[in-house]
Amino acid sequence: MNLARREPRWSVTFTVLIALIVQVLPLPEWLSAVRPASVAIVVIYWSIYAPHAGGLFAPWMAGLALDVFNFKSDVLAQNALAITLVAYITMTIHQRLRNQTLVQQSLFVFLMLGVNELVLWGISGWIGNSVSTPWRWVQPMVGGMLWPFVALMLGRTHSRN
Amino acid sequence: MAFLGSGSRVGGARGPAFGFRFFCYAVLSVILMFYDKKGGWLDTARYGLQAAIYPLQLAVNSPSAAWSWVRESFATREALQKEVDGLRAQLREQQLITMRQAALASENATLRALNHSFPDVIEKRLVGEIINAETSTFRQRLLVNRGGQSTVYKSQPVVTGEGVLGQVFRIGPFSSEVILITDSEHMVPVQVVRSGVRTIALGTGDSNSLDLPYVPQNYDVKEGDLLVTSGLGRVFPFGLPVAKVTKVTRDPTQSLAAIQAAPLARMDSGREVLFIWSRPNHPAAPATSEALNIPVTKPAPKPVPKPARKPAPVATPAATPAPTQPAETTAPAPAAPAPAAPATPAPETATPTQPAPAETPGDDGPEAPPPQPDTGGTR
Repeated sequence: MNLARREPRWSVTFTVLIALIVQVLPLPEWLSAVRPASVAIVVIYWSIYAPHAGGLFAPWMAGLALDVFNFKSDVLAQNALAITLVAYITMTIHQRLRNQTLVQQSLFVFLMLGVNELVLWGISGWIGNSVSTPWRWVQPMVGGMLWPFVALMLGRTHSRN
Repeated sequence: MAFLGSGSRVGGARGPAFGFRFFCYAVLSVILMFYDKKGGWLDTARYGLQAAIYPLQLAVNSPSAAWSWVRESFATREALQKEVDGLRAQLREQQLITMRQAALASENATLRALNHSFPDVIEKRLVGEIINAETSTFRQRLLVNRGGQSTVYKSQPVVTGEGVLGQVFRIGPFSSEVILITDSEHMVPVQVVRSGVRTIALGTGDSNSLDLPYVPQNYDVKEGDLLVTSGLGRVFPFGLPVAKVTKVTRDPTQSLAAIQAAPLARMDSGREVLFIWSRPNHPAAPATSEALNIPVTKPAPKPVPKPARKPAPVATPAATPAPTQPAETTAPAPAAPAPAAPATPAPETATPTQPAPAETPGDDGPEAPPPQPDTGGTR
């Protein structure tokens, strides 16, 4: 019983790594234009179902890794800040989110991914690269639509208590 | 990430401490951003982080690498034969072009009243393989598998067989990020080979087009003109092919002509690039800031081991008037419009006879800062 309640740290690490790879995988341009922020999605999942696994440190590290890894990011810690903010909001209300259905959660995920993009966009603007396309705001929608499937998949990597 | 130990368990999602911790991370992020933007010691940290993340980058590249390996392994004999034939034909062409190279070099030296000709300005080259690429409107960047360990340095020119590709933007120990000349944040100082007109080519975010917005109406630029690097700007040596002019629009109501050019190096395809090292003190080497009279405001930090830049064994002959100046040696400028007073503090170069219009609205004007002034950083 104690074992089942342990935090799924290895799952967290592993899935975040996968998400990192998915996010920077070279894809055709049309596909990469709508590619949702997979790291943010995975971080949202773990913030809901295992908020104690890594605290805020894990999301921050994941974001930082994305900043370094993703040679397209404008400035270090850009994604780190955005993802930490998303994780913070999610962890604050994770109890309520757990009681929602996956479809209800998708709306929340859509909003969070929008927040994520907004922060990234804001920082890019501050740096001076505020080029934007409408596609940027399609990504959160795609992410929200994919959420139920992602959540089901990630649900298999750990035992829910 | 998840190895945090018991510390993280203490503060869950509850309590005022949680909000405070978020605040701490946010402040930390902003500090990191600030220093990363400013450049400095964080470059060193980034250098280390790049090394840590390199295996993952390779993992990301592995599917496409595996695919091309499979494709090559199963290439048919006919296809290979065809490729070999093509390469042979190409080699023959190149041999014809370079056949008179030695004779031309000595002829050039005679014309310039030098005792002997110079060796090639490119002292050393290194082949790198593209690991990842982004060619979007926002960014045109490549990730290449050579870095500080191979003595690649920041703002090093990167070329392909066809022409200039870009310059090194960021480096890690085993990899480097190359900003392409078509990136919308990149500018490269160029010169028209036929007429000697000098200007700046701006990236557009489109892989097949460069913009030349600073050319006055009456300057001699035509469709089909070859643009080469002008040697100004402290990054690229003089004379590397950059682009071909594809479109010149002269609107009489405007003071400047609208000129488009197509880069010669193919950005989207080809998996290999060349890093080049210029011979210091060579007339065609990139101009130094002293020669350009640009006050260096920031001594651009370089955490990287610099390439072994030994003084060239062939040191400059005494006959050279000013060794560090960029040589605008070509530029016969047959019908170039008489330039207005040369607006550049740029040295009027080693050849006093050069009538090329010193046309450099941006060469070091206020709007030209981008990659060059701080050794290739881009804003």
